[in-house]
Amino acid sequence: MSGAAHPARGAGDRLTAVFWSRPKLLTLLLLLPPLLWLGVVYIGSLVALLIQSFYSIDEFSGLVVPEFTLKTYGELLIPSNADVILRTVAMAAAVTLAAVVVAFPVAFFAARYAKGRWKAVFYLGIMLPLWSSYLVKVYAWKLILAKEGIITWAAEGIGAGNVLNAVLAIPVIGGNSLSTSYIGTFLVFLYVWLPYMILPMQAALERVPTSMLEASADLGAGGWRTFRSVILPLAAPGVIAGSIFTFSLTLGDYIIPQIVGSSRFFLGQAVYSLQGTAGNIPLAAAFAVVPIAIMLVYLTVARKMGAFDAI
Amino acid sequence: MNAAVEFQSVSRHYGPVRAVDAVDLVIEEGSFFAMLGPSGSGKTTCLRLISGFEKPTAGIVRIFGEDMGEVPPNRRHVNTVFQDYALFPHMSVRDNVAYGLMVAGVGRQARHARAEEMLALVKLDGFGDRKPAQLSGGQRQRVALARALVNEPRVLLLDEPLGALDLKLREAMQDELKSLQQRLGITFVFVTHDQGEALSMADRVAVFNEGRVAQVGTPAEIYERPATRFVADFVGSSNVLPPDLTAAVGGPRAWASLRPEAIAIAPAGRLGGVVTGARYLGAGTRLSVRAGALPASNGHRTDGGPTDAPRYLEQGESEIAVLVPAGVAVPEIGAEVGLDWEAAALHVMEGEA
Repeated sequence: MSGAAHPARGAGDRLTAVFWSRPKLLTLLLLLPPLLWLGVVYIGSLVALLIQSFYSIDEFSGLVVPEFTLKTYGELLIPSNADVILRTVAMAAAVTLAAVVVAFPVAFFAARYAKGRWKAVFYLGIMLPLWSSYLVKVYAWKLILAKEGIITWAAEGIGAGNVLNAVLAIPVIGGNSLSTSYIGTFLVFLYVWLPYMILPMQAALERVPTSMLEASADLGAGGWRTFRSVILPLAAPGVIAGSIFTFSLTLGDYIIPQIVGSSRFFLGQAVYSLQGTAGNIPLAAAFAVVPIAIMLVYLTVARKMGAFDAI
Repeated sequence: MNAAVEFQSVSRHYGPVRAVDAVDLVIEEGSFFAMLGPSGSGKTTCLRLISGFEKPTAGIVRIFGEDMGEVPPNRRHVNTVFQDYALFPHMSVRDNVAYGLMVAGVGRQARHARAEEMLALVKLDGFGDRKPAQLSGGQRQRVALARALVNEPRVLLLDEPLGALDLKLREAMQDELKSLQQRLGITFVFVTHDQGEALSMADRVAVFNEGRVAQVGTPAEIYERPATRFVADFVGSSNVLPPDLTAAVGGPRAWASLRPEAIAIAPAGRLGGVVTGARYLGAGTRLSVRAGALPASNGHRTDGGPTDAPRYLEQGESEIAVLVPAGVAVPEIGAEVGLDWEAAALHVMEGEA
């Protein structure tokens, strides 16, 4: 025994040696399960969905006709269906914009100023709502927003009852009470998805070195200029990541609008009812393709506008 | 000469930590001023007190005679080259350089033309369309320099701007910065922990230690006549002789500095010792000599002790560094040697009580 190398101490050592001499083998082994999952379960079902959306339904028998046609996509343009799409996209856009505005100060504080204990408080505060059931939160909001709920009570208590009534009297977004209006749906969406905006934003802001903000001030920029020209562009990848969450989650959700809001359908509800009682799988599939298409357009536009340049 | 920057007993404390402690400093207009010191000595904090990113806990910072107490960084007529360059990654090199002009409201064409001029000044013509990520470290450093100069600051602050560059590039940039400063004639304030850099570039050097200025002077003054033990040791690793030893080798009873290159190996010298180590430096060899028994023949003893009794040195004060120039025979490790120097080479430090 020369003594230049230790003898292998067992199977583990021998396996390490195999991986050391063939590094690609280890990568392959690590990637295989997720690739299988992604390929078969996710891409596979997505393709199945896409195929279904090009089928149509026989109006007399109610059976799916497995022949390729664009007829089903044409049905999306019927006013009642187009309204559902428009309503959902408008809601998703409103929720995303509001989330950006509300999340930014929180994320900025957490990224730049919070240290040690305050950082822990921040993470706990953001994550805690995610630990409780989504349904519990939504029902809680229904009670908060109800006509007999705390908001109405508080508004009347401070003599702002007529302000609340004036808001509810606004056509389209108003309604009988907050819990049966679009305003209510919007508030609950905003609350439920807000953490998904704050966290990526905070991560992006944390990567902006302080010296960069100092450089901007050093060159004569005031706070607002630094915000527009340095902070916002550098935070853009985080804002985009967050908006992908808030936007697509709002596009696909079918529970919140069912519990809080007017009885008018959102995309998710349309898909849910079409594939269920109506049995119109092709139209449900076509509806389900809409958010995917919207997200692709959104990301392409964001990319064109240079939102990912700072990555 | 006018004072470009003036510190009047300026302190910056963080709780119990005295980052900068009662510093008085005058930086003359048009000079190349170096703030030299180890990390944590307060030199960078002083730079940030000038740029305005730190506010003094006490004292007054003046720029061209004006009290900066209530003036935020964006309204100070000074610009900074940051240690990490702090180039904006989402902007082209041209937009980075033109940023200060954009903020000032200069039109697109005018500021781009000016940015190109600045890029030419730092020899980066034609790089305007690139992104900072596509540049090398040295090129980024030049962009940061051009960006800081575009607003024609009256004082340019440089925070260890050469620290991230490799040796060859660093030396080239030292020359360039120096000639740039002479051409532009504006005040440069330069923070560095590299004493070679400070000595070779600056007109005046302030040596920082533990939040205080240990000495201010020309590079030659700092190097040849260090005021304190710290300066002697930090600038060029001089031998610091305690009072006893100074007296024993013929000086007064006081702390003294003796440069390694001023000492020659001689058969019979002012001090004797044993070679304990040697470090080859190319241009010479740096020997460690443990000074042993002081030569009995030494006639300079002034402490009144019996001159024939050998005096042994304490641990810690006994290692003497000697620089043997290339071409001179280097004694072997373990050899007994004598050390000799010109009487004038022994510098007594007034700053040490």
